[in-house]
Parts: sequence; C-alpha cells; structure tokens
Amino acid sequence: MTEPVLRLDALRKNFGGLVVTDHVTFDVAPGELHAIIGPNGAGKTTLINQISGLLAPDAGRVVFAGRDITALPMHTRAQLGLARSFQITSILPAFSALENVALAVQARTGSSFRFFGRAAREEALNEPAMAALAAVGLADRGDVAAGQLSHGEKRALELAIALAMEPRLLLLDEPMAGTGHEEAERLVAVLRRLKGRFPMVLVEHDMTAVFALADRISVLIYGRIIASGAPDAVRSDPQVIAAYLGDEME
Amino acid sequence: MLYGPAPASPAETAGSVPARAVAPVVIFLAFALVPLAAAVAAETYLLSLFTRVMIFAIAALALDLVVGYGALVSFGHAAFVGLGAYAVGILAAHGINEVLVSLPVALAVAAAFAFVTGIVCLRTKGVYFIMITLAFGQMAYFTASSLAPYGGDDGLTIRLRNTLLGLDVLRNERAFYYVAFTCLLGAYLLCRALVASRFGRVFRGARENPTRMEAIGFEVYRYQLAGYVISGALGGLSGFLLANATEFVSPAYMSWQRSGELIIMVIFGGLGTLYGAIIGTAAFLLVEEWLSGLTEHWKVIFGPLLVLVVVFARGGLIGVAERLTRRLRRD
Repeated sequence: MTEPVLRLDALRKNFGGLVVTDHVTFDVAPGELHAIIGPNGAGKTTLINQISGLLAPDAGRVVFAGRDITALPMHTRAQLGLARSFQITSILPAFSALENVALAVQARTGSSFRFFGRAAREEALNEPAMAALAAVGLADRGDVAAGQLSHGEKRALELAIALAMEPRLLLLDEPMAGTGHEEAERLVAVLRRLKGRFPMVLVEHDMTAVFALADRISVLIYGRIIASGAPDAVRSDPQVIAAYLGDEME
Repeated sequence: MLYGPAPASPAETAGSVPARAVAPVVIFLAFALVPLAAAVAAETYLLSLFTRVMIFAIAALALDLVVGYGALVSFGHAAFVGLGAYAVGILAAHGINEVLVSLPVALAVAAAFAFVTGIVCLRTKGVYFIMITLAFGQMAYFTASSLAPYGGDDGLTIRLRNTLLGLDVLRNERAFYYVAFTCLLGAYLLCRALVASRFGRVFRGARENPTRMEAIGFEVYRYQLAGYVISGALGGLSGFLLANATEFVSPAYMSWQRSGELIIMVIFGGLGTLYGAIIGTAAFLLVEEWLSGLTEHWKVIFGPLLVLVVVFARGGLIGVAERLTRRLRRD
C-alpha cells in the first residue's frame, strides 16, 4: 500500500466540556479526493483547522508526507505544501486579485526579506499567478481589487491562491459556500479538472458536488467519523442515512 | 476601515496616479526652495522652522510606515527619536562629535530598542499594542529623566554640533538645512521602495489579513518585527538631526505627548501615503507656530482644529485635496 499523503491519528479536541473532534482517524491517499460531510456543528471546520495548524489538537497526531507536523505552526505547514481555503472567504481585499495570488507564489519562491525592487513587476511571480488565476477562470480579473470581486469570484480566488502554492495537499473548507447555482457548477468543474493533480480534502455541504467528485467520503457527526468509504457505500449506509443523509437527500 | 485609506496598490489607485506622483515632487521642490525664500525675505527663522519640520517629518514618515502600512499603531515612537538624540548627546558629552560615529550609533540604538521592544509588543494586537508601545516609550522617558550624569530632567546641552570627518558642515544653518533635506528625501525614497518591495507586500498583506498570510506560508511576526525595526531606525535618524539642530537633548523628546503629536501629524496628512506624513507634519508645526504667535492660549484653538480635521477630513489633508480635485474635474 502506498504511503498516505495525510494521516490523522486518533485526533482529539475539546472546547471546554464539548468534544468537537473525537478520536478522528483519517487518511488521504496520493491523488485521492477525500470528502468530509456532516451536519452543521459536526466539527468539520475544526478538523480542517487542526490539519492546517490554525488550532492545536489536544491529543493525537497529524502526519503529512511522512512527517509528524502536529506541533508545527500554520506557516510552516504551508511551506511544506499544505494549502487551504477558508469557509469564510479569507483574501486580501485591498490587493488586486493578481497580487493575492502572486503573494502565494512569493511565499514559496525566494526570500521575502527583499527590500528593494518592485514586487508587482516581478514576472517570476506574476506569471505563475496568472496561470493559477486562469485555472479557476479569473484570467481577465487579475487587476480588480479582490474586495470588489463577486462572491463566487472570491471563492474562485481562494482556490487560485491555494493552487499557486503548488500544494502537496489541498484542504478545501466549503469552497462552494454561499455561491449561487451557476457559480457552484463552475467551481465543481474547476475541482474536477484539479482532481487527480492534487490530493484533496473537501468539506462541503453541496451533496451533488460531493458525490460527483469524491473518491472516498467520511461522515462526521458530533466530532466522530461514523462511516467512511466509497460514495456508493456511504450513500447506502443505514447509519449515515439515519443520522445525516436522510433529511439532506430528500 | 479603521485605519484610513488603503495603501497604494495598483488595483485601486490607478485613477489617482497623477496626483500621487506629482504631490511628492511638489513637496520636495518646495522644501528645496525654502532657503532661497528665507534669504530673499531675510527671515532666518524660516530656515530653522523648516529644518524642524523636515526633522519631524522623518519621524512621522517612520510612523506612517508602521501605522499606515502595517496597522501597527505605535504610541511610543517619540522614544526612537529621543534615543537617537541621546546617542548624539551622550557621545558629545564624552567628546565624540564625529557624524560617522554618532549617526550609526543613533541608528543602531534606536533599531536595537525597536527590536527588543518589538519582540514583546508585536505579540499583542490592537489596543494592547498601543498600550504596550506607550509603556515602553514611557520607560525610555523615565530612564532618560533619571540619567543624572547626562542632565536628568533638565536635559543635556550639546556644546558643538557634530562634524563630518572633522569638517564643520552642520554649523552652517543652510548647509544643515540641506543635510536634513537629503535625509528626508532619502527616508521617503527608502520607505517608498520598501512598501513596493517583496518585503513591503508581505508587510502590507499582514495588515490586511494576517491569517491568510500565515496560511500561505508567511510568519507574519518576523516581517512586522523587521518593519518595526526599520521604522525605529528612521526615528533614530530624526533624533540624530534633532539633537544637532537644537544643540540640546531632553527627556521631553520622548514624552508620550510627543508620540501623540507624531500620530496626529500622520493622521493630519493622511495615513498610508508617506508623503501625507510630510504634509501633516508641515501643517501641524506651521499651524502651531502661527497660532502660538497669535495668542498665548493657542492650544484652545489648536485642539478643536485637530478634532475637526480628524472628524471631517477623512483621509487627512490628502483626502480633502483628492476629493476637491475630483469634484473640480467633474465640473
């Protein structure tokens, strides 16, 4: 068996008396798109935060590319190739879309303790940034201030930022959150193109998207994974239907 | 947005590029011509007044770098100025008057203070950052006040201005004016380059959204610390000039009122534009000078005036000017 890109070992996190991550064991194989679904408050974002390093788990381990990263801060994990998008759009609103992405390129190429030379004119940064923008369909929006983009475009921009990091794993926290039907379809198309190129962890509420994209699905309820497997197996799992999909699929 | 107009980024300043490109040129031309005007009008006090303006403008510029571009509201920036000044004063007290010694020492002392205090301050945010920078500033103030061998509360007189390689360049008021002018121009160009550089982009990004910056792999803290140290060193430069201009150093240079005045100067001109800090400093010191000539109770007028500018002129004097030109163009 090939070594998984990401492995969570009995991860646990409490908020006060509330168990939000309950002995979660989970892995992502190379090239795999592993989706996490579950009702609101199941602890999906908390889990993503522990993988990306925004939150420290109380117990358990996070192993990424064969390395224990449990104690590493977020920026170090990012440098190792862990890229994430946020459920609530997190961009630099006053920067142009291109600059948002170029910064991600800058983070992985050369030192940023360079005090002279106009960063905005560095082709070595702008070219890969343009490519990432083009990959998500924002090629002609590079000059627009990120804050002025439509909601769907901002979601796509988050994806472009993550792509520009040339990640070894993409953590996508509800990339479709708040988008309209058309925008969601466009994002699904983008994700489908990316699938296989990058291993991904996808947290999403849009079940059509999840079942269309995922290689494997894990169902998270009250911080515990109650089922994990191929989409068809999960869809027909009586426990999952009872706990979550029942009302979601109607 | 709490911190005034966003810094220059290609996306949103495209429309106002001419104004932003022309204004600094006009400002520096005006400064360059002051000695001429002073000579023509035979008003030597103009020279010393504008020397003072430029010296404080360097400190305001340093402050704008961290406040306007980093949203790091330092309430202790006068300490850097004071440290730079004390470096000159204390060296002079020991008979060392050489610029090539005192200037590097002034810069290094201010930078070191920024580094050490920055390590602590930058772990806090918002109001806490303001308070802790204020606390460090006051620490420097009280330390200076208690330096009995160097005048303590009364301050320290510098008998001779610094010399450059033994030459008395700074003695001549006009020469000193142009030295200050060169320093201000250099500081301005440096800050402008910094802001647009790779480093500056990270520094500005940290102001916009630190979490995002961490998520793409930047340890925001390191960049903020570097920015804070650069700003501190520029404050030291201002202090170096101030000590030489006044031939005197005093703990008052580091008082929290001074730090507050620097903040007002920056806001007065317009945050996050660099040249706004220069305009703000000039406006602040010239209005202060003018009002204090009119009446003994000038602060009664000056205080409310500042409040009016902050309340009604969002984006400072630059903001007002930009809105006026936009309105004029539309007509």
